[in-house]
Amino acid sequence: MLKTFRIGGVHPPENKLSAAKNIEIFPLPETVTIPLSQHIGAPATAVVAKGDKVKVGQLIAKAGGFVSANIHSSVSGTVTAVDAVPDGGGVRKPAITIKVEGDDWEESIDRSSALMKECSLTPAEIIAKIANAGIVGMGGATFPTQVKLSVPAGKKAEFLIINGVECEPYLTSDHRVMLERGEEVLVGVRILARALGVEKAYIGIENNKPDAIEHMRSLAVAYGDVEIVPLKVKYPQGGEKQLIAAVTGRQVSSGGLPIDVGAVVQNVSTALAVYEAVQKNKPLFERVVTVTGKALTNPGNFRVRMGTSLRALIDHCGGLPEDTGKIINGGPMMGRAVANIDSPVTKGTSGVLLMRAAEAKRNEPDVCIKCAKCVSACPMGLEPFMLSKLGKLGMFPEMESYHVTDCIECGSCSFTCPASLPLLDYIRLGKAEVMKIIRARKS
Amino acid sequence: MENKIIVSPSPHVHGEESTARLMRDVLIALIPAFLVTVWVYGARAFFVTVVCTASCVLFEYLIQRFLLKGKNTICNYSAIVTGVLLAFNLPANIPFGLVVLGALVAIGVGKMSFGGLGRNPFNPALVGRVFLLLSFPVAMTSFSSPVPDAMSGATPLAFVKEALKKGLNVSDILPELSYSDMFTGLGKAGSLGEIAAGALLLGFVYLLWRKVITWHIPVFILGTMAVFSGILWGIDPEKYMSPLFQLLTGGAILGAVYMATDYVTSPMNKRGMAIYGIGIGVITILIRVWGAYPEGISFAILIMNAVVPLINRYVKPKRFGAVKK
Amino acid sequence: MSGVILFTILTLCAIGVLAALILYFVAQKFKVYEDPRIDTVEGMLPGANCGGCGFPGCRGMADALVKNDDISALYCPVGGAPTMKSIADFLGKAAPEKEPQVAVVRCGGSCENRPRTNLFDGAPSCAVAASLYGGETGCTYGCLGLGDCVAACNFGAITINPETGLPEVDEEKCTACGACVKACPKMVIELRKKGPKGRRVYVSCVNKDKGAVSRKSCNVSCIACTKCVKVCPFEAITIENNLSYIDPAKCRLCRKCVAECPTGAIVAVNFPVRPVSAAETGTSVETH
Repeated sequence: MLKTFRIGGVHPPENKLSAAKNIEIFPLPETVTIPLSQHIGAPATAVVAKGDKVKVGQLIAKAGGFVSANIHSSVSGTVTAVDAVPDGGGVRKPAITIKVEGDDWEESIDRSSALMKECSLTPAEIIAKIANAGIVGMGGATFPTQVKLSVPAGKKAEFLIINGVECEPYLTSDHRVMLERGEEVLVGVRILARALGVEKAYIGIENNKPDAIEHMRSLAVAYGDVEIVPLKVKYPQGGEKQLIAAVTGRQVSSGGLPIDVGAVVQNVSTALAVYEAVQKNKPLFERVVTVTGKALTNPGNFRVRMGTSLRALIDHCGGLPEDTGKIINGGPMMGRAVANIDSPVTKGTSGVLLMRAAEAKRNEPDVCIKCAKCVSACPMGLEPFMLSKLGKLGMFPEMESYHVTDCIECGSCSFTCPASLPLLDYIRLGKAEVMKIIRARKS
Repeated sequence: MENKIIVSPSPHVHGEESTARLMRDVLIALIPAFLVTVWVYGARAFFVTVVCTASCVLFEYLIQRFLLKGKNTICNYSAIVTGVLLAFNLPANIPFGLVVLGALVAIGVGKMSFGGLGRNPFNPALVGRVFLLLSFPVAMTSFSSPVPDAMSGATPLAFVKEALKKGLNVSDILPELSYSDMFTGLGKAGSLGEIAAGALLLGFVYLLWRKVITWHIPVFILGTMAVFSGILWGIDPEKYMSPLFQLLTGGAILGAVYMATDYVTSPMNKRGMAIYGIGIGVITILIRVWGAYPEGISFAILIMNAVVPLINRYVKPKRFGAVKK
Repeated sequence: MSGVILFTILTLCAIGVLAALILYFVAQKFKVYEDPRIDTVEGMLPGANCGGCGFPGCRGMADALVKNDDISALYCPVGGAPTMKSIADFLGKAAPEKEPQVAVVRCGGSCENRPRTNLFDGAPSCAVAASLYGGETGCTYGCLGLGDCVAACNFGAITINPETGLPEVDEEKCTACGACVKACPKMVIELRKKGPKGRRVYVSCVNKDKGAVSRKSCNVSCIACTKCVKVCPFEAITIENNLSYIDPAKCRLCRKCVAECPTGAIVAVNFPVRPVSAAETGTSVETH
């Protein structure tokens, strides 16, 4: 019996079209647009100006607060603008635009492919290096990694959990990273464990990636106490709380953090980025992105420089298919549909998914027949039908008493609803309003 | 740009489920029982079902079109399900006029007066059946016996109730009953849909496999009935019928699997379903053993339907990481 | 037989008397004194319970009107000046004065003027769309057209015009309660002075992008060219964040800015049609 989390969950069709495609190095684009806010928290502040020459890996924006992250140039060339540029949603946000000239890297970066296993830095030094490299959670949540590694006073980390679940349909970037960069990921895992002062590390991988489970298992023996945990395929297993429950059986209490049960969760791609930052002095300026979609001629996995436009990626894979209905930054369950195809790849972009017009259009909503399928599907044990109704009516204080703040916005309720009601739309709206109410109450 | 890109909040994919698909699956699950009843009761059973379903659909269409003035709701199959379930709760030789009247009450009063699908507090088919049972008790309880034998015209439950009232002991009447007949539906008098326990259970397995319903409500109802009647049976096997008899007769399985699990009128989480199921089981046995009617599951379900809003209010699903106070 | 009937009647009477006594004493015990004028004032208010006064309902407003000596800060936008005057007279207090206002939709981004670049396919709510992204057009400030204001209006005064995709306010029905202003996530709607004979001049745009950017997304956007500021003889117009704003208190409705505005973002309503100026300003002069 494979492990999994116990409450709720759904199983959307996996559609891992690009699972067998090797990671290709994506050609350098002509320009990159690097947004100053690619993470949760305060935006970074630009330290370059128009006309400046920059090198690959050069710091171009500094973290703008405790919860924030440094941003480095992904290319070498000239800064052409530090200005507001439309993001995926069309809203103008500050970004640095760089015209690419050659590929001139900072000398401090070790570009060799030699595996460097040994790390004798102290935890504080490791965390400082990670902060300098601007690493954030690369599964999509983009929470600055150094903050997550700084265990608050009075709490103690007991083990590290590495998220190799990739429960989102279509996406294969983490899968390919484990297969092709497994050793580096494992060194990253040991470094992260060292930074936390823990010995035990788990890597949770869903059972639909038997090759990755096998590969990581065979490598892991050389890396101390690292246990590969095969998991039953179930969405949203990549959710932090669900993953902890699946791997250890411990439940993070409502409103609590993973560290409350002694866990710290990091993504495999983050572990790889940590390896590169700590052992190779390479800041986070490129990542593996899955470009996929049923109508796309040539789906694949690519190592892409941050700031490359989605359009460039799509063009490289055979161009935008005629009947494209939706372009999604991320996976189909939690990714964001973009209105602006020229928006860039950022630290959180694990995939670009194209959906055909017929797939993209939502079904016509019907009436709620109280089938309770949303209740059964909710991995947090909430009552989505009720929350959604309250959200639609604007009854936000009531939503708080129905624990809307526990919602992880996984979308299982909307996915499963036989009446195709936009349950999550209203719940998300209500959650944001309730968060505002709570913040106002605190201050 | 001709084809404009669609933007919507996540999730961007949807499961295969739809209201129509769920309702269709319920209909498919009822096919075995329907075949048995047509085999046993002949064309009459077929026509009762057809008339009942057609009138339900017609009434739903008319009310939706001219009274509620909403969009057409026939396509979600719910009126068809109500029609078939109501027909399954009627005897085969009921006059067609009463069938149409029952359909009008079921759809008009039981469902549309509350605003249509999803808003009715009581199971519409049962509202129709109970209305007919109370208004036309004779027509609703005279069954043309499928095979001419000792139990002519009376359901096993009515037969037993009558016999026990006369002061007979269980062992006196037991030879008259055949459990295998009850299971197959051949040779047992009763409403259209309730005679064949085996066929109904086949449908139950189908519903579980298609994940239309969960096991909770049927199992809790039947389990409670078995336990409760088992206790009574244990106390005095000469005065009370065995649990097996209680489960195989009357509308126990039809009610537990198809009527009580109606989404709209059943609780929204597992714990609530358990309470609801236990309630139905207890009330059914109470009515069967001590009540005025030989069968009580329709009343039991309607009574517990009324409690469902209360259950939904106070019984909550198990929350992830709920903090104990 | 008659004994039974008599007994029944007497028992019923006894129960009746007993219940009446219990009710009487309970009522006495839990009696709460309330100023009877509150009821009267509540009756004088429109009874829409719209919340436009800032109280949860008319009862709350009536309570405040009766209890506060100075009621100059209290105003019922629905009833308007006549209602406030009669209430003030009744209570013997000075009536608060406020000029009649009306909700104004400051966006001219009709389907024609502001081409759609994508289709929104989420829950039909402006709040949901606004929390997701910039909107269906290139303009991320303007009206989303999903009708949160329509839903918020208790008086049926707002409807979405299917041709323009924009909400329209029925000036007769609008009570300036402000519910739509609160409901609009893009802050497109403003309460403005109704003006003499309903005549008003205002900037029908809320786009804060630079001129070149906003112009690209919409034909009738304010591009902050400052022409209106220069032409205004009363210094009523200011530009902040690339957006022009006409102060209703200073505007004397001369309409020089309307003629000057190159994009037609400044709108004058309820003026009699002047053929010449209408030709000059294109379609921007709306006459109701």
